[in-house]
Amino acid sequence: MTAVTTNDLLGQDGSKRTVMIYSRYERFWHWSQAALILILAFTGFAVHGLIPLPYRTAAQIHSYAAIALIALWAFTTFWHFTTGQWRQYLPKLASLPAILKFYAWGILAGAPHPYTKTLKRKQNALQSLAYLWFMVIIGPALWSSGIVYLTYPLWAKIAAGTIALPVVAFVHLAAAYLITIFVIIHIYMTTTGKTPLHYVRTMITGYDTIPLSKAEAAYLAEDEPGRLK
Amino acid sequence: MTARARYITSAALTLCLAMSGARAQEKFQTTDSPPPAKYQKMEAPPPPPPPVLNQASGVRLSEPADHSKFEALKGPFADSAAVTKACATCHTDAEAHIKKTIHWTWNYVNPRTGQHLGKENVINNFCTNAKDNEGMCGVCHIGNGVKPGEEYAFNKQTSVDCLVCHDRTGKYYRLPPTRGNSACAAMFEGRDPINFTEVAQHVGLPGRENCGTCHFNGGGGDGVKHGDLDSSLIRPSKALDVHMSEQGQNFACSECHLSQHHEIAGSRYDMIAKDEGGTGKPGLRRDVATCESCHGATPHPKPSLIGYQLDAHAQRLACQTCHVPKMARGGVATITDWDWSTAGKLYNGAGYYEEEYTQGNGEKRHTYWSIKGDFKWGENLVPTYKWFNGEMIYTLADTKIGDKKAVTPINEPQGGWMDPKSRIWPFKEMHTNVPYDAGNKTLVFNHLWGADKTAFWGNFNIKKAIAAGMEIEHRPFSGEIGFLKTVSNWPITHMVAPKEDAVKCGECHAQKSRLANVPGVYMPGHTRFPWMDFLGLAGVGLTLAGVAVHGGLRIALTKKHKEDA
Repeated sequence: MTAVTTNDLLGQDGSKRTVMIYSRYERFWHWSQAALILILAFTGFAVHGLIPLPYRTAAQIHSYAAIALIALWAFTTFWHFTTGQWRQYLPKLASLPAILKFYAWGILAGAPHPYTKTLKRKQNALQSLAYLWFMVIIGPALWSSGIVYLTYPLWAKIAAGTIALPVVAFVHLAAAYLITIFVIIHIYMTTTGKTPLHYVRTMITGYDTIPLSKAEAAYLAEDEPGRLK
Repeated sequence: MTARARYITSAALTLCLAMSGARAQEKFQTTDSPPPAKYQKMEAPPPPPPPVLNQASGVRLSEPADHSKFEALKGPFADSAAVTKACATCHTDAEAHIKKTIHWTWNYVNPRTGQHLGKENVINNFCTNAKDNEGMCGVCHIGNGVKPGEEYAFNKQTSVDCLVCHDRTGKYYRLPPTRGNSACAAMFEGRDPINFTEVAQHVGLPGRENCGTCHFNGGGGDGVKHGDLDSSLIRPSKALDVHMSEQGQNFACSECHLSQHHEIAGSRYDMIAKDEGGTGKPGLRRDVATCESCHGATPHPKPSLIGYQLDAHAQRLACQTCHVPKMARGGVATITDWDWSTAGKLYNGAGYYEEEYTQGNGEKRHTYWSIKGDFKWGENLVPTYKWFNGEMIYTLADTKIGDKKAVTPINEPQGGWMDPKSRIWPFKEMHTNVPYDAGNKTLVFNHLWGADKTAFWGNFNIKKAIAAGMEIEHRPFSGEIGFLKTVSNWPITHMVAPKEDAVKCGECHAQKSRLANVPGVYMPGHTRFPWMDFLGLAGVGLTLAGVAVHGGLRIALTKKHKEDA
């Protein structure tokens, strides 16, 4: 009987396996959120008067999409905490300079990506920071101002004669410009994988090829065989 | 054009004035040459059709009394004063009540501003002043006792004319209290004599025809003054007025303008611009004519996102702002511009008129009239929107006219966006170039009507007419007459369209917005934060450019790496 070594348990070999890294819920969340954000951006800028669309239609779709997104976010926040996935967003900034350097120059010079996805850590430092910024600053600025905006009928009476409404609208608009910038960069970044569509395909199928430790591989093989290909 | 419309257009006051012009022309014409085609003669009006039946009148009577069975109304009656006496045998307190109301006193002290208003006091920018012209304007005063031919005195001891409001035969009419200039002597020729007994036995609650006799003809003719009140409301389509249409609710005026002891709610001298009282308890609130008093303060369909938002709109928008999409929609035009400075031109030594405007119902309207000047007419007009808290400040006879404003407001709606009690209201703006005392900088009383040598309508001397008006009023007059650009503001509240015809969201929430000139409004779709939009769009643009450059470099360099390899 061969003794199990520490090396075996920690899995230092890191052989690459194709494994589902984005669960069905995560993918559902990502793509429905993407669709809602696109709808919200389009109708939102129409409400603001930058895109020609009948006002009533734009405002109505914007409101319903916003309610749907708020529900989705509420549920996803719950999901993040119950599954512990929230830890994915904790920024580990040590590797940030290397990643910034990669996108600024390395990617152009054909250098390999300095970050390797792992099961525990699906995002690189820049991603975490960007998503954290999105989820902690832009997102809340948008949805909090949006909820206040949407519930105007509840406070219209006390706001009469004040500049409350334009202030709320201003915050909402500023956040809308920020998220637009975020989305543009985000979509562009999806093309920076092994092939331009690699990351998109991963986000659709959920599967990516990443190094697994022996322990991870053994655990998945035993308990979640469906995640391994 | 309905026969009724033609009748109302040519109602007492209009007819008289028209005749005065036309007759004057005929009388003073000295040459044999026929007048140009555009100087048309007035035709005799056809008899009025019977009134619209079964109008809802704000009073619920299970069994209205059949007045034709009353002993007191058997007649015969010599005149309307005799009928009034008979009415009073049952309606013992009605006269006393009426004599306290503005319909009788023509005098109103605004409790908010302290200003003395009412026809006895105000100077407007149509025929400017009822005072000193009671002989004509008094055709709308509900007093009895002045016989045609007598000089008119505003004698409040006379009895109240019940019939002008309560006649339901359509056959009763009033004459101007005096005949005015001799040119008017022949007016009302050919009208059927009134059968007072028949009229007295067919009285009822006032219908639209009754109120309209005066209120549709304000300013000198059908639809002239208000823009939302004209003879088209006697038999309106549902599209014109959901409430008054026979296909809709068939409301008489009094269904909304409720009354208590003949005191009628809803005077525009002191308005409720924002009614937060809503419907109140059943049977209460007989002192308001607001939309909210029937519809409540949150009337839009719910649960619906749009419904809640529309209810919130009502915090800052009057109901009328959306629900009266346009004024003068019934085929009867309203006057928007009037220039008194051209009045007094003569043709062959006599007054004349031109009719260059044909309104929706086919009827021609005066565009020039020697007794009044030049007019511009409009139909289907988008109102002017202003903040309004219900309070109007009037430029009165003793108000000094400042030099600051290019246009002097005859009445100025008060309020603003910072005042929570204000809402944005629709108004008809009436722009008139009126004669004024350029020396003393005040409005003037113009003595238009009368058989004397100073009345403008007959003598065409504006200076003499104003000097006379000011003398009667004991007001200082410098003798220097100028013309002053004025605007009066008429709140729009009638001609409520069906809900599907209400103003659409995009008519305000757009670059080209109905409310573009209203200050202090944040309207998504219209209002911008220019520097924020600049920063935001610049940020988006730079991001797109950066992504394009980065991507371009990647593509180019990847190619190069492959070639190198």
